[in-house]
Amino acid sequence: MTRILSILTSLLLLAQPLRAEIEIQEVTSPGGIKAWLVEEHSIPFTALEISFKGGASLEAPQQRGATNLMMALLEEGTGDMDARAFAAAREVLAAEMSFSAGDDSVSVSTRFLSENRDEAMVLLRGAIVSPSFDQAAIDRVRGQVLSNLRSDAQDPGKLASARFDALAFPGHPYATSRDGTEETVSALTRDDIVAAKDGAMTLDRVYVGAVGDISAEDLGLLLDALLSDLPATGAIMPDHVDFAGQGGIDVVDFDTPQSVAIFGHAGITREDVDFFPAFVMNRILGAGGFASRLTEEVREKRGLTYGIGTYLVLREHAEFVFGQFASSNDRIAEAIEVVRAEWIRMASDGVTDEELQDAVTYLTGAYPLRFDGNGTIANILVGMQMQGLSVDYIATRNDKIRAVTREDIARVAADLLDPDGLLFVIAGQPEGL
Amino acid sequence: MLHRIMKTLAAVVLLPLPVIAETATSFTLDNGMDVVVIEDHRAPVVVQMVWYRVGAADEPAGKSGIAHFLEHLLFRGTENLAPGEFSETVAANGGSDNAFTSWDYTAYHQRIATDRLDLMMQMEADRMRNLKITEADMLVERDVVLEERNQRTDSDPSALFGEQRNAAQYLNHPYGIPVIGWRHEVGALGAQDALDFYQKYYAPNNAILIVAGDVNPDEVLAMAQKHYGPLAPTEGLSARVRPQEPPQLSERRLTLEDPRIGQSYVLRSYLAPERDAGDQKAAAALTMLAELLGGSPTTSYMAKRLQFDEQIAVYTSAWYNGMSYDDTTFGMVVVPVPGVSLDDAEVAMDRVLAEFIANGIDAEHFARIKMQSRAAQIYADDDVAALARRYGQALTTGLTLDDVEAWPELLQAVTAEEVIEAAQQVLDRNRAVTGRLIKSEATQ
Repeated sequence: MTRILSILTSLLLLAQPLRAEIEIQEVTSPGGIKAWLVEEHSIPFTALEISFKGGASLEAPQQRGATNLMMALLEEGTGDMDARAFAAAREVLAAEMSFSAGDDSVSVSTRFLSENRDEAMVLLRGAIVSPSFDQAAIDRVRGQVLSNLRSDAQDPGKLASARFDALAFPGHPYATSRDGTEETVSALTRDDIVAAKDGAMTLDRVYVGAVGDISAEDLGLLLDALLSDLPATGAIMPDHVDFAGQGGIDVVDFDTPQSVAIFGHAGITREDVDFFPAFVMNRILGAGGFASRLTEEVREKRGLTYGIGTYLVLREHAEFVFGQFASSNDRIAEAIEVVRAEWIRMASDGVTDEELQDAVTYLTGAYPLRFDGNGTIANILVGMQMQGLSVDYIATRNDKIRAVTREDIARVAADLLDPDGLLFVIAGQPEGL
Repeated sequence: MLHRIMKTLAAVVLLPLPVIAETATSFTLDNGMDVVVIEDHRAPVVVQMVWYRVGAADEPAGKSGIAHFLEHLLFRGTENLAPGEFSETVAANGGSDNAFTSWDYTAYHQRIATDRLDLMMQMEADRMRNLKITEADMLVERDVVLEERNQRTDSDPSALFGEQRNAAQYLNHPYGIPVIGWRHEVGALGAQDALDFYQKYYAPNNAILIVAGDVNPDEVLAMAQKHYGPLAPTEGLSARVRPQEPPQLSERRLTLEDPRIGQSYVLRSYLAPERDAGDQKAAAALTMLAELLGGSPTTSYMAKRLQFDEQIAVYTSAWYNGMSYDDTTFGMVVVPVPGVSLDDAEVAMDRVLAEFIANGIDAEHFARIKMQSRAAQIYADDDVAALARRYGQALTTGLTLDDVEAWPELLQAVTAEEVIEAAQQVLDRNRAVTGRLIKSEATQ
């Protein structure tokens, strides 16, 4: 039992790069593949993070779930190895490999020992360049996906998210789940899987972060051997989409003692000059854990929830403000009122000097704490590159936080926060709404 | 391979990662507080953890949830800190903090820039002895805990299922009572209950300080002496003796039906010995048994037989966590493919277990698991906070630093015969609970 549930941390899409204590090298392989590297030779292994921009949003509506299924199949065999032979070979090397699909990217995440790096990379190359996608594996993993989908259909959090996405992004891939539906997943063929891979894992959209016991030269050679046989260009990206959800309350009826609430409205881009004021404002409003107004008002003063958080979500094709909490069916109406009141208070009054000071101290002080192990840092390096940030952003990021004023926040809050435009989706059997 | 359906079951470390021994240093203060320092100088960051040798299994009868409720109340202020000020101060210094409670321990931790460690120790030492609870704060926090129970347990049929299975597993030992507490008892807890528990158990002679990160042991010792050294121990704190289980004479079975279930499954948990100080061989064999039977969703014995050969299951797993003060459990689950009944799935599970014992162990498979265990020692060095948690868990479940350091070698030394012997001793249905979680038709 932890005291704070870390709800939806994966939605905090802001790269939180490190202070300059770690030295990032920009590497270009002989074959032209770019990567960011931090050499760290004290532990004899390397963490390698590879992401391809695009992800499940590249697939057509009737193919929904293809990218997700495809990524789950990469470790299910290559060459003369079937799924079990591949897993056994990986175990012999004690290499860790995971493959995942997101809305905006697909990712390959791996850790391997220095003593058998070459063998591990040969194995990984087989998985990402020439996976077998044999029919037995497709059918077996499809069964796992369908099993997950049946579970999700009984999960109030998932039900609320699905309705929220449908209302927020009609007509766009974001409107539906990247896991697909029972219908679309059941209909996927091997050709669909192959096409999903060829569209999603391509050299023009690859981003690499490496941290650990490897030199820049060795990394370059490794990347060429690993990736250079992938297709050159990827499938067409979808368009940007505006948040289309209308203010109000939408209920998904589900028999459970506690309702899950998801809420949000249109957001702000990372390129907007007001992004940093909005970021600091959101820390004070709802992203600051116990330091946030929403936690104070909804949890600490009234005991209406175990956890509440808000986020500035930055997706590749959309941006929005997003929040979540859960309250008993008989108390959620009160919690919603408190959230609305806090939205109004922030939009009309902004923040106090003390709140701003505390938020800036936290955000700048927490900065160096981000680099927490080779794998974490490799992830951050990829995230920064995908957002178009440069290495020297690291040196200026805290200055941008410190430059935020109360006036900036008041202006941005009034502009961004829209109490009447807040869409609440509630899954449960809420009373008094 | 996708297997997130079972993540709620896998709340145990499947292959406890060993630790590199030479990086840990330990001391004991005059008042009985233990101190462990783990060095990692890669970044100017430190983790402070204070672990108390007390958890939900030490609660008085009828007061279930008090250990966890008290954990919440430790953030509600002391004679020197206002409610919420602890976490606000941590955040204002760029750090993060939290706490957690289990049956055997309660722990509080902060992660912060190294030069703020002194302040963290000052505040953590303060709330070890100076807690203040107002009636109003207590009432609000109790509502928060009830919402936590709503969220984590009452809204989740697989969590409710786990609660029922645990209760069936332990007839007499308090491991049968949920950490968060039974709802009717949590709702009746009061400030005095929390204070009684606090005053008895929150003391330096019942606590372990673990500091991990960019520090050296001498400076940690000096700082610990300054802040924790002056605290008075609880006199006459008796040894942790909980009611033990009577011999289990009959198989226990239960079925939970709930319309909110997406996927039915059968789950078995056997009562099993835990790691004991100076006596970890049986636990090492059980750890390897869990890996061989169900550690990997692709190469384990259950996966091979039930998912690949017979295609009866969509998912299988087995697990064992030896870090427990009293008897622990060895568990396994089979999620059948559509069209296969839970009856058939359970029959197949038992047949495969018998086969495993009869056929002996694939030497190559065993060697791969040992290789991964060795590599885990290297990967473990990358996450100093996880190392700190592992030490804390070991020391609050009756193990010593020597036991922690001996563990990796003990795992390497386990023989195939020892694994089979462990399987024969533990995998006895008459010492197990078999549960079925079944989707029922909604009645709304």
